[in-house]
Amino acid sequence: MSNKIIELKGLTKNFDDQQVLKGIDLNIYENEFLTLLGPSGCGKTTILRIIAGFEEPSNGELLFNGIDISKVPPYKREINTVFQKYALFPFLNVHDNVAFGLNLKKVDKSVIDQKVSRMLKLVGLEGFEKRDVTLLSGGQQQRVAIARALINEPKVLLLDEPLGALDAKLRKEMQFELKKIQKEVGITFIFVTHDQEEALSMSDTVVVMNNGIIQQIGSPVDIYNEPENRFVADFIGDSNIIEGNMIRDCLVCFDGIEFECVDKGFKENEEVEVVLRPEDIDIVEPDKSKLKGTVASIVFKGVHYEIIVRTARRDYKIHTTDYHEVGKDVGLSFTDEDIHVMYKMEN
Amino acid sequence: MKQFKNLVRPYIIWSFVLIVVPLFLIVLYSVTTGGNSLVNIQFTGENFKKIFEPVYMNVFIRSFKLGLITTVLCLVIGYLLAYFISRFSEKAQNILILAVTIPMWINMLLRTYAWISLLSDNGIINSLLTLLGLDPVSMMYTDFSVIVGLTCDLLPFMVIPIHTSLAKMDHSLIEAAYDLGANPFKTFWRVVFKLSIPGVVNGTIMVFLLSISSFVIPKLLGGGQYVLIGNLIEEQFISVGDWNFGSAISLLLAVAILIMIRIMKKIDPDENGGA
Amino acid sequence: MKKGKIGSIIYVALCLAFFYIPIIVTMVFSFNSSKSLTKFTGFSLKWYEALVTDRDIVSAVGVSLSIAVIATVVSTILGTITAIGLSRSRRVVKEWLLNVNNIPIMNPEIVTAISLMILFSSMKIERGYVTMLLAHICFCTPYVITSVYPKVRSLDPNLANAAMDLGATPFQALTKVIVPMIKPGIYAGVLLSFTMSFDDFVISYFVTGNGVANISIIVYNMTKRTNPTINALSTIVIIVIVITLLVVNLAPAIVKKRQERKKKAAGLEDGSLIETEK
Repeated sequence: MSNKIIELKGLTKNFDDQQVLKGIDLNIYENEFLTLLGPSGCGKTTILRIIAGFEEPSNGELLFNGIDISKVPPYKREINTVFQKYALFPFLNVHDNVAFGLNLKKVDKSVIDQKVSRMLKLVGLEGFEKRDVTLLSGGQQQRVAIARALINEPKVLLLDEPLGALDAKLRKEMQFELKKIQKEVGITFIFVTHDQEEALSMSDTVVVMNNGIIQQIGSPVDIYNEPENRFVADFIGDSNIIEGNMIRDCLVCFDGIEFECVDKGFKENEEVEVVLRPEDIDIVEPDKSKLKGTVASIVFKGVHYEIIVRTARRDYKIHTTDYHEVGKDVGLSFTDEDIHVMYKMEN
Repeated sequence: MKQFKNLVRPYIIWSFVLIVVPLFLIVLYSVTTGGNSLVNIQFTGENFKKIFEPVYMNVFIRSFKLGLITTVLCLVIGYLLAYFISRFSEKAQNILILAVTIPMWINMLLRTYAWISLLSDNGIINSLLTLLGLDPVSMMYTDFSVIVGLTCDLLPFMVIPIHTSLAKMDHSLIEAAYDLGANPFKTFWRVVFKLSIPGVVNGTIMVFLLSISSFVIPKLLGGGQYVLIGNLIEEQFISVGDWNFGSAISLLLAVAILIMIRIMKKIDPDENGGA
Repeated sequence: MKKGKIGSIIYVALCLAFFYIPIIVTMVFSFNSSKSLTKFTGFSLKWYEALVTDRDIVSAVGVSLSIAVIATVVSTILGTITAIGLSRSRRVVKEWLLNVNNIPIMNPEIVTAISLMILFSSMKIERGYVTMLLAHICFCTPYVITSVYPKVRSLDPNLANAAMDLGATPFQALTKVIVPMIKPGIYAGVLLSFTMSFDDFVISYFVTGNGVANISIIVYNMTKRTNPTINALSTIVIIVIVITLLVVNLAPAIVKKRQERKKKAAGLEDGSLIETEK
């Protein structure tokens, strides 16, 4: 990938004796769409506020193009933010909101007008210059907030759960649109969300956080397919998490049965946890599988059925488009690649 | 933002010098003798003892009585006024409340001065009475003139808070009370009045506080011999020059009012929520 | 019901008469040609002439106005920055300062007055214009704080951050974003301070000296004799205050109406847009 633009080194943050960030190391690259993903209170917004300059880190370094900026005030950083509830200035119209940053820099009025209309076009609000921002819909306010930030040509755009206030359909549209805008302006986006689907569908890199600690950094596909621990597997998508032990490389044992797999590098007989995604499990005739059970329930979910199969040791969740009657004896089948072996989490 | 936090600093210093220190000085003066020089001060309880002499106790009692009468008058007249206003259309209510508010903004001295020309022995009211063939009445320099002046001055302080709590009352509550079989009197007492208690409490506190400590209206409408707490304090500071005794009276007045506010606030059921 | 309505109209009218008859009488007799305050002998402007030629009154008007203006400006600035600072302060500081701030509001005026009188005399500050001004700032600022602070507290804390994020220095964030947002509170504070200062008698009376007098003090000293000049002065003051109050109270209503009309128009235009978006 290209050059690092932001580096966090051993960053910690305390609020009144409470440590909300417990040593964050993270590299963010130019043109990257990076998402900080985690449940509320995990510290993701604090990281964003430290990068923006609204909070100072308690310890550690924040480098921007190799220079420590942790003491630089927000108005001197080449970073702009799209706030959670947009924080538009209600006493200014759309044009004046977007032009706010340029007006401060005393840019020529004709240049401002030109840039504002270009920005509004980029976010799909052409001709909205004179509108009252308080009368716009949530989606439109969102777009004004993005235009207001991008017009300053920042190197990095921070977005703090910007889609949280929108309804489901509009959210999908904006996800697509944000990705498009990011490609067009070609800068780094750092996006904070607790919505795993949002994170997976938009990002180049996903950073999963919990309790002020980074749990995993990786591409959406890696995060989904190769979760590093139970928290990540659990937080991202539905999963069956099964305790087992690694007999040797490429052979794992769980529910008392040995399965071939593709994971290596664990100690012999190390206790591990195994993830099986519900959509990776197939329901087959009982005699065609090592793992047998009966259908305990079936629920229609729109595109697929969610079936719970009760085996000797536990219930498995399976997503399939085929219908299976409750009470039917079935076998569960999955390939070697479908088995994801993870290190067992302490605690 | 940490930058903005420092903005309170000027006022911290200001309020310390011009609010806290002066109060402390009153307390200090009230427990010392030695007049106005701080060099030869001596602690004493004499100032407070002096207050309990009959001459001064009478002043306290008279002030209290006058404050009470004014407050009750304002409460009765003001509650009715606020209640009637609250039953007009919203537009009319705004205009009427503005009409009640305007006198508050006009210089109190000028309004009191106007009463003199109305109430004096050869004033307008007496000329009207003579015109009607009635005997003129001496009204100036009596309890009557002082109470009229105080009531006129303080009535808005009662009307506005009561109107505020009546206006925000949900009218469906009254309908609900009727619906549940309450007669108009019960409805008023159990629903309307109960819900307006916060306004009544605030108005009563304001009027009582202002009437018991007033000294201009008693002086102008009551004449020189009409001494209330306020006049007594003024005398000590302006003509007698016993600042220590004056401070003791002031301190007592401030403390008494503070205690009364506390007691009144206890009556207010919404104390924890609003106001 | 109808009967009750008429009764209530009569009652309200009587109360308003109680408020306004003294004021109206004052105004009428300011145009009287004789010195009498009871018999209207004919129209004249001679008391207005007497007013502008009376040195004491003219200088008192000057003192009242200049003190009201300076005290309003200072206490508005001081009160506004304090209110903004308070919203970001620690709880202890906040509670303490708000309590201290309440003292001049809750304390009887006369107690505030003598406390300041004692302060000035024990600090050996000669009583006069400056002490009167300081005292006025002292009792106006708490009202500014109480009218501005709730507005500051209801602000989205991210607004100031947003301004700084877009390149505003803290001072620019203050003047370009926070102050415009809390304008209604500031205006209320200005209005309160100005009238409180302009009308004040008790505190001015105790802290002044050296013959410096404002309107209230002059009136207080003149009431011993009948003096229609005071009526003329009253009339002018009343007219100015009533006009100011009417403008202040009616202006927001007019602006609001206009905005609503605008909102309606915008709503109609927006209709199609919102439809397609959903």
